[in-house]
Amino acid sequence: MKICVLVKEVPDAAVQKKIDPSTGRVDRSGEKNLNPYDTHAIEAAMQLKESGAMAVDEVVAVTMGPDSAERALHKAVSLGADRSIHLADDALAGSDVAATGYALSKVLEKEAPDLVLLGQQSDDGECYTIGAVVADHLEFPSLTQVIKIDVDGGTKLRAERQAEYGYDTVDINLPAVISVGDAINEPRYPSLKAIMGAKKKPLEKVTAGDAGIDTSKVGGDNSAAQWTGSSEPPKKEAGRIIEDEDTAETVEQIVAWLDERKLI
Amino acid sequence: MANILVYALQYEGAFNKNSLGAVSEAAKLAAELGGEAHAIVVGQGIGDDLAGALGNYGATKVLNVEGPEGLAQPVVDAMAAAIAAGDYGYAIFGGGLLGFEVGAGLAARLGAGVAMEITAVRAEAGKLVAERPILGDSAISQISFRSDLGIIISRLNAFEIKETGGTAAVESLSVEFSPFSGQATMVKRGEQRGADVDIEGADVLIAGGRGLGAEEGFELCEALATAFGGNSAVAATRAVVDAGWFPYAGQIGQTGKTVAPKLYLAAGISGAIQHKVGMQGAENIVAINKDANAPIFEFSDLGIVGDLNKIMPKLTEAVKAKKGA
Repeated sequence: MKICVLVKEVPDAAVQKKIDPSTGRVDRSGEKNLNPYDTHAIEAAMQLKESGAMAVDEVVAVTMGPDSAERALHKAVSLGADRSIHLADDALAGSDVAATGYALSKVLEKEAPDLVLLGQQSDDGECYTIGAVVADHLEFPSLTQVIKIDVDGGTKLRAERQAEYGYDTVDINLPAVISVGDAINEPRYPSLKAIMGAKKKPLEKVTAGDAGIDTSKVGGDNSAAQWTGSSEPPKKEAGRIIEDEDTAETVEQIVAWLDERKLI
Repeated sequence: MANILVYALQYEGAFNKNSLGAVSEAAKLAAELGGEAHAIVVGQGIGDDLAGALGNYGATKVLNVEGPEGLAQPVVDAMAAAIAAGDYGYAIFGGGLLGFEVGAGLAARLGAGVAMEITAVRAEAGKLVAERPILGDSAISQISFRSDLGIIISRLNAFEIKETGGTAAVESLSVEFSPFSGQATMVKRGEQRGADVDIEGADVLIAGGRGLGAEEGFELCEALATAFGGNSAVAATRAVVDAGWFPYAGQIGQTGKTVAPKLYLAAGISGAIQHKVGMQGAENIVAINKDANAPIFEFSDLGIVGDLNKIMPKLTEAVKAKKGA
C-alpha cells in the first residue's frame, strides 16, 4: 500500500507575517519551515507503517510551491517519508485553495495512493479545507480533523474526530483522504542521520504539464476567488502587559486590576 | 442567478445556531440582490415542520433531503443537485467543521470560488463581496468571485440570527448520492466525553490550555475558580480536551461552546483563532502565558507574561484574601 502525505512550507512562526500590498497575498518570503501541522500527518503515516497495521510499502511526501519548498520535502523525508514529489510551475503561483487542491489531486491521481494524509490546517493561510477539495477531485471519501485512526482488516479505517456535537466515530473504506488533528500523536524529532540522509532520498520535480494540469484552472488570475482589496480592522485598544518578575507584586497588580472592574 | 442557498445543520431536532445566523444573513443579502434565500437540510426523516421552521429566519423555500447525517460528502451531493436544478449565485455556510468540509467539497465539484473565515458580507453592484480577517486579524481582505457560484463559509458567530415570523415552502429533493460518499459511514455520533459541565452560564471562567502541561494542571484552574466562588467555572481549549485532560462539555471554540462571561482568565492558552471565536465576546480578558509572542496577548485586556505555576497559586490566595476582606 502507498500513503501520500501532502505537506507545505510556511513562514517560520517566529517571523512576523505580512501581506504584500500589491497582490493581497501572504508575503511568503523570508525564513520558511515545514508546516508544523503536517508533521503530525507524517508521524501518522509512519505509525501506520511501523506498527504493521497496514502493509505500507512506501510513504511519499507531496508538495506544491516555489523552489524553496524543497526544504519542506527534505524535512518530510528526514521524518521518515521514503521519497518526495515537488510540483512546481510558475503557472501555479497565486492559486486559491480550490485551484491548489485541483493541482495536487492531479499529482495524486498518477501516484494512485491508498491513503492520503494531511495536517488539519496550515500555519499561514489557515485553510482547513484542502483535504475536502482534493478528495472530491479524486472521488475518495474524506474526513478532516481526525484524532485517532484504527485499521480494520487492512482496507478499512475507523476514525474518530470531534465535530459540532461531540466525538464522532466514522468507518471509511480505502482509498481515502484524511486530515489529522494535532492531538493524534506527538511527532518525532528527526535523527541527525535522518537529516543527513534526507537529501539522498529521491525527489522528483513535476511541472503542471507533467501532472496533466489544465493551466486555465490554476494560478492567481484564473482562481475563482479573487482578492480585490484589503482594509484595516477597527483598532482595539492594546491591553496592559505585565512581565512577571516579582510574583507577589504581579499578583497584587492583577488583583487591583480586577478590583477596579468589580470582578472580585 | 440571484438566489442564495444555505446549508442548515440540524442535530436531534434542533438547528445549529450558526446555521440560523447564516439563513438570516442570506435573507438580508438576497433581498439586496433581488433574489430569495433558500435552505437545504439533509438527514434521516427530518419532518417538514422542522424544515419549515427556517422560514422564521428568512428562508422562503427549504429543500428537504433524505440522506446520511453528520458527514460532509452526502451534503455536497445534495447541494450540487439543488444548484443544478435551481438558480443560485451563492452558497453560504455558518461556519463549523461540516460547513468547511461541505463548502470546500462543493467548490471542487462545481469549479466555484470559495472564501472562508468570513466575518462580513456585503452586496455591491449586484454581487457579493466577502471580508476575511487575516494574519491574526491584523488586516481584512476583500474577496469577490469570478465563478458562476460563489461559496462563502463564515467564521463562527459571524452572522446575527433574526426572526422574521415568515414561513417557508418545504420541498422534498431526491438525490442520487455519489458512490464515494457512501464509502464513509457514521458509527457513533455526538459522543460526550467526560463529565457534563456548564460553562455557558458562568460569570467567571478560568480556562486552561496546553500550557498547563498536564491534566493535573487543571487543579490550579479549579482552585482559582473556587476562590472566585459564586457563578464561576473551569473551561478548556480543544487541544486539551482532545488530549483527554478535560471534559468535552467544557470546551470553548470552533467545535465547542461560545461564551461571554464577565471575566475570562486564560491559563496557558496560546489564543488560536479557533479558540478566539468562542470567547472574544467576554467582557474582560486576562491571559497568563509564558510566551510573550502568544496571539492571545493581542486581544487580552490584561496580559501576564510569566509562569502560571508560580502565578496561579498566589493569585488564588490573593483572591481568597480579597473575598474574605
